[in-house]
Amino acid sequence: MARVHFTGNFRQLAGGDEEVSIDASTVRELLLKLGEHYPSLAPHLDEGVALAIDGVIHQDALFSRIEPHSDVHLMPKIAGG
Amino acid sequence: MAAQNGGTTNGGTRWIGTRPVRPDGVDKVTGRARFGADLHLPNMLVGKVLRSPHAHARIRSIDTSAALALPGVKAIVTRDDFDDLPSEFVPAGEMLINYRDVVRNVMAREKALFEGHPLAAVAATSEKVAKEALDLIRVDYEVLPHVLDIDEAIAPDAPLLHEDMITAGVEPPPSAPSNVAKVVEFAHGDVEAGFAEADVVVEREFSTQPVHQGYIEPHSCVASFAEDGQAELWCTTQGHFVVRGHCAKLLGMEVSKLRVTASEIGGGFGGKTVVYLEPLALALSRKSGHPVKMTMSREEVFRASGPAPGTWARVRVGVTKDGRITAGEAELKYQAGAFQGSPVQPGCMCAFAPYDLEHVKVTGYDVVVNRPKVAAYRAPGAPQSEYAVESIIDELAKRIGMDPVELRLKNAAREGTRAAYGPTFGPIGLVETLEAARSHEHYRAPLAPGRGRGVASGFWFNIGGETCATLNLGEDGTIALVAGTPDIGGSRAALCLQTAEALGVDVEKIRPLIGDTSTLGYTFLTGGSRTAFASGLAVIEASKDMIGQLCERAAKIWNIPVDAVEWADGEARPAGANAGEFDPLTLADLAGVAGKTGGPIVGRAQINAQGAGPSFGTHLVDVDVDRETGRVTIERYTVIQDAGKAVHPSYVEGQLQGGAVQGIGWALNEEYVYDEYGRLQNPGFLDYRIPVCSDVPMIDTVIVEVANPTHPYGVRGVGETPIVPPMAAIANAVEGALGIRFTDLPMSPPRVLKALEEAHIPEAAD
Amino acid sequence: MARAHVITTVNGDPVEFLCDTEQTLLDVLRDELHLTGSKEGCASGDCGACSVIVDGRLVCACLMLGVEAQGHSIETIEGMAGGDRLHPLQTKFLEHAALQCGVCTPGFLVAAKSLLERNPDPTETEVRYWLAGNLCRCTGYDKIVRAVLDAAQEMRGG
Ligand code: FES
Ligand code: FES
Repeated sequence: MARVHFTGNFRQLAGGDEEVSIDASTVRELLLKLGEHYPSLAPHLDEGVALAIDGVIHQDALFSRIEPHSDVHLMPKIAGG
Repeated sequence: MAAQNGGTTNGGTRWIGTRPVRPDGVDKVTGRARFGADLHLPNMLVGKVLRSPHAHARIRSIDTSAALALPGVKAIVTRDDFDDLPSEFVPAGEMLINYRDVVRNVMAREKALFEGHPLAAVAATSEKVAKEALDLIRVDYEVLPHVLDIDEAIAPDAPLLHEDMITAGVEPPPSAPSNVAKVVEFAHGDVEAGFAEADVVVEREFSTQPVHQGYIEPHSCVASFAEDGQAELWCTTQGHFVVRGHCAKLLGMEVSKLRVTASEIGGGFGGKTVVYLEPLALALSRKSGHPVKMTMSREEVFRASGPAPGTWARVRVGVTKDGRITAGEAELKYQAGAFQGSPVQPGCMCAFAPYDLEHVKVTGYDVVVNRPKVAAYRAPGAPQSEYAVESIIDELAKRIGMDPVELRLKNAAREGTRAAYGPTFGPIGLVETLEAARSHEHYRAPLAPGRGRGVASGFWFNIGGETCATLNLGEDGTIALVAGTPDIGGSRAALCLQTAEALGVDVEKIRPLIGDTSTLGYTFLTGGSRTAFASGLAVIEASKDMIGQLCERAAKIWNIPVDAVEWADGEARPAGANAGEFDPLTLADLAGVAGKTGGPIVGRAQINAQGAGPSFGTHLVDVDVDRETGRVTIERYTVIQDAGKAVHPSYVEGQLQGGAVQGIGWALNEEYVYDEYGRLQNPGFLDYRIPVCSDVPMIDTVIVEVANPTHPYGVRGVGETPIVPPMAAIANAVEGALGIRFTDLPMSPPRVLKALEEAHIPEAAD
Repeated sequence: MARAHVITTVNGDPVEFLCDTEQTLLDVLRDELHLTGSKEGCASGDCGACSVIVDGRLVCACLMLGVEAQGHSIETIEGMAGGDRLHPLQTKFLEHAALQCGVCTPGFLVAAKSLLERNPDPTETEVRYWLAGNLCRCTGYDKIVRAVLDAAQEMRGG
């Protein structure tokens, strides 16, 4: 199971949880399961999220792999100038 | 090649790390290069914009009849020419964008929300006629009270910009609307417990003024709509694919019917990631049947294109006597301008990013005010929050009697540190930049009496994203490289070097160009310091694709299996003794017979680059302060930054130097001056003073290289981080010189004089 | 409204054009003669992107009227390279990477050429003050100043 940590306002949307364990092998699966687990988080998972998977930031990457013991941070998407 | 300051070693690579003349260089030193305003088309009209003279006003009616009757006027567009779009956040260009706001920002609908807000646009046969026509448009306004500053905007009885705006991010949602669009929070640990462990806690409030990106080339475009609904757009932009998406949406077009070509771009720094004139020019061209050129005056650039936000911050940091930072807390309020979407979120995430903190809490407020909607400016959001934090770190170092570099080193984020914004850092180079600072001759040089020395560090994430590239192999073995990221600062050179390295060919054999939106797949904009990294990954992938095809051709020619062919030093060779005895085939050999061996050879890549390496820098500055005039002079400046791997070191140095000087302007001079009616008083380079050549010394650079593991050559973005440290570094230096800590930017002569006067009334400060 | 007929010299060649009396020399160069190497960054004399040389004097083309060109000799960036050979300043700008976006570059080159015509051996401070009328937002000026000093040395013969 990957450990998913909520940063920023995602924690509020996850009912105050700091982290949760989710069984998923891809980002898409993880987001789907997170949405089922936290219905108020679900509408925010389509756009505007980035995932740090074991420290490496992935944006718009539904099929990036998640390993069984991955440490995942759900965070806002980042752009730049 | 002339020797440069800075410099890197060129270990193990042939092209990466060298400094060839950039491939687009001659065009740029001879005046050939065509920028946004340099295109002339036959039958072209000139478009001009009517802008609101009021900071906040309801628009009762707009009467264009007299203007339309003027000979030479071919079309006028107003709010009635653009369909309203529903509130819907979509990822496009600069983070999330709400098309309901975009359509209102390019052309006011119900209300004018800032001085300079477009109300109508005219296309006419000459600029003179277009301007006359603007004078004939009658607008009936109901002038409303306005708010310019955060305090005014969040006051309980403040006039509202958007009567339906309910603050997001607060539970339960507030029942009444306000000018606060959003509240964000990043926290881990328990800050109060952290502060309880501290021996010294410093808390201060800071403010910064809006500053303009200040690109020397104003916004400009030429739109040409054909009768069959197909259109072409030429414009100066950081991302023509993003422009295409926005314009197609605003004009109700299919994206494939709109071909956007990026001109050479005369600076952007984040400010050319959004659309202003482009949808108006397209609408005017559609209506008039002529090509329409629109160019902003410098005054319009200041009044109506995006500054970086003015901000307010309260920061509190605790430290033990032996220099361990126990907790950090910040509250940040950023001006968004007329529509929500300030970079307060990245500001919050970056505030404490350089430090390994167990307890941290940052809260941010996105506040709308009657100013132009802010746009990205180099590391958007980070300079303001890191300025506040880095000022306090300096003060803490003094309070506990520790060297400020030492204090930073003791607490520096490193590989494995949990970043203040959540995830764990991979390999990063902050410690290396601090160590380089500590051992730099600048840091140890004696300081003349009365002068001050300051140090500060800075962080930016960097991004990857959707990117395409094509390598077309010519019949003589030379290569045309097509990239989709506009080249602002020499990135074509960096892409050619990476291609040369990957293919093993001479860099001179590669000619790059930036393809239009019909020649490549969707490519995200040049921004987020992503181009050398993400377009770099794309050209490396395209090179691999081409090498695969080259090896196949060689295998066919030699009649051996393809896995018995290897590519090395720019030629196909039999892989090992068992593969057979054949003379190597060079790129030119294979190119010459491409037609006969299977057809043209084209290497392609279409990727979504992940794993951009975060970037850290540390700056050193010496200042002198004229006690009579209040002028702060930069006597010496050194930028130290981790580049992962400097592909073309001269252009990396250039990014570090340019970012530092923009930061010097931010720290010392640049600010917007508004009158009581909310009108900008200094919309020109005379009164909005960016640093000139005689204001600054040489900017020394040290490039540190801690490889980014997700890039084959270790490249990290470098463009944004250098603007982060200067404000705090200079404030820390001024404090060293005068014993006065400036918490409000800019430290302009009048403010410095005032502070000096105040400080001298009682016996000198203790 | 009658347009003025102007006879002048641009980059050594005789040139005639018609212009409105309120058109600036910069407008004429860019819009009538299609010499778009001179740039408009401000139209108020504050950025130097439009720098040209008129009868040997450095001028902001945005501050001069087109009709004032009558009978004078104008040098623009387009005339700086001689035939197929770049001017040493152009070469040094390339070698030193003294440009990023390059929109300020024509103005800097013209201004620097004018400096070296007057003062072939300027100090760093002299270069910085002479070029203080040219804005560059990209480079921080470091490499521009180095390129000018290096070109001056080369032009002095070494
Ligand atoms: S355009 Fe002439 S000085 Fe700026
Ligand atoms: S190189 Fe961009 S303004 Fe000078």
